[in-house]
Amino acid sequence: MSDVLTVRGLSVKVRDTMLVSDVDLTVGAGERVGLIGESGSGKSLTALSVLGLLPEDVHAGGSVRLDGVDHELIGADERRMSRIRGRDIAMVFQEPMTALNPTMRIGDQVAEAMLIHKTRPKSAADAAAADLLELVQLPSETRRAYPHQLSGGQRQRVVLALALANDPSLLICDEPTTALDVTVQALVLDLIVRGVMDRSSALLFITHDLAVVATVCERVLVMYGGRVVESGPVGEVFTRPRHRYTEGLLAASDLDTNSRRLTTIPGNVPPAGKFPSGCVFRTRCAHATALCEETPEWSGTEARGFACHHPAGVADV
Amino acid sequence: MKRLNPSLVAGGVIVGVIVLMALVSFVWTPYDATLVTPASRLLKPSWSHWFGTDKFGRDVLSQIMVGSRTTLFVGVVAVGVAAVIGVPLGILAAMVRRWSSEVIMRANDLLLAFPALLLAIMFGAVFGASTLTAMVAIGIASVPGFARVIRSGALQVMRTEYVLAARAAGRRPWPIAVRHVLPNVTSLITVQASVSFAIAVLAEAALSFLGYGTPPPTPSWGRMLQESQEFLFSAPRLAIFPGVAIAIAVLGFNLLGDGLRDRFDPKLEDRR
Repeated sequence: MSDVLTVRGLSVKVRDTMLVSDVDLTVGAGERVGLIGESGSGKSLTALSVLGLLPEDVHAGGSVRLDGVDHELIGADERRMSRIRGRDIAMVFQEPMTALNPTMRIGDQVAEAMLIHKTRPKSAADAAAADLLELVQLPSETRRAYPHQLSGGQRQRVVLALALANDPSLLICDEPTTALDVTVQALVLDLIVRGVMDRSSALLFITHDLAVVATVCERVLVMYGGRVVESGPVGEVFTRPRHRYTEGLLAASDLDTNSRRLTTIPGNVPPAGKFPSGCVFRTRCAHATALCEETPEWSGTEARGFACHHPAGVADV
Repeated sequence: MKRLNPSLVAGGVIVGVIVLMALVSFVWTPYDATLVTPASRLLKPSWSHWFGTDKFGRDVLSQIMVGSRTTLFVGVVAVGVAAVIGVPLGILAAMVRRWSSEVIMRANDLLLAFPALLLAIMFGAVFGASTLTAMVAIGIASVPGFARVIRSGALQVMRTEYVLAARAAGRRPWPIAVRHVLPNVTSLITVQASVSFAIAVLAEAALSFLGYGTPPPTPSWGRMLQESQEFLFSAPRLAIFPGVAIAIAVLGFNLLGDGLRDRFDPKLEDRR
């Protein structure tokens, strides 16, 4: 199985502040990979740097390669990147309320996605747009509607239709259901999974919701402080976490406790650039020792591994 | 349906009346506005001459009616020139890199600091005094206002997710400017246009008063004011009628601009 996306040593920084450091990430063809972590852990920046959409004064380093594209994506010029965006890699953003142009009809916006890359002739684009809207279970009248006439869930489905329009080899979803009602979440998630499976597209799914990752993804990467701290198959990471941060995250989302208080990870995520040297998690970790002042080495393989001096679950092994 | 706000209604009615007056003047005026009749000079308002006559015996009402054409024409062309240059400039300044944007905006400030009337007088001196040179000069002087307002609006649009999404879909910058940014700043353009219109009307009147605007015999409110100077004490009505016409027209366009802004700008919603 060839890899669709290969990220090596990705770093993102603004002036002298490191926001993301040394991220390795591989997404195989048709694979569904989750990227989880708290706000500010660098998940979204990782996704934006893959697309080359970082803000003006934020810079990315390292290497991002896409299968079928013969050049490096980091530092590629706008002209080359715009040919890839929307055709090879498509993205669904978090906020459906603002992700559509309020002055354009839905059908035109979906059709535009195909016309940009000329994947459909003008005559066929409208019909294709109708098919796509049907695919995301929106009535055909939606074509003539303006975004303000739709609910958040309906808009997010339009955004998904837009993203799938050119059968991208990789779909990136950045917290696509965070802004939605729980009842709508399930439908949208289902449509995303079906959409990528039908096209055998790969999926990079960014979220902070562990339950969502468990239902959608096959493999997961846990990010904290701009670093990948643990990765592995979803079932394995969630049942036998090795990194102390993953362990804390899982404990915090476990509602099945008898105690009155919810479990939390002590402290807050430090602001960007204020992460400690060595292990980024050591200031909030109950197991931290002097050893943690050194950056922990990656243990295991890229497919299943972690970066922690005092991994959890040692006793079980 | 939102409740109509009073300034929008008042402004709309005033502007409507002026437009109507200008249209009617093409097919009918009480008298020929440029007809000199020495026998009936400086007549007081009466049933036959509602607003009286001027020193050449021309009917003042007819002149005001025909003069409204000049006023509207000047406004339309000046605002047109300002919008055609200012809007693309504002959008460009919002989309280019930071330092290029700074260059555009500082050049813009330079033009903003230059008095509009002085620019118009310079144009008049160089190209000859005419309605057209006055309008173009006023238009150019109104460019900075447009550029500033549109840039700030376009910057907001550039930060929205649908622009990010359009880029993520592979849209190039120019199509984004035309299809995504421009349609979303049209309300700002409308508001700025009505405000600039009022300024242009006032500027044309001032220029004609100074002799750099509309040359005789085409009736213009500003020139009517100038011609009435020598009779300011003996026949003040000659200054009052065009003066009031100018004031009402400016008020009308300002009210319309305010009304449109209140209607379009959601941030001002709570103040009502």
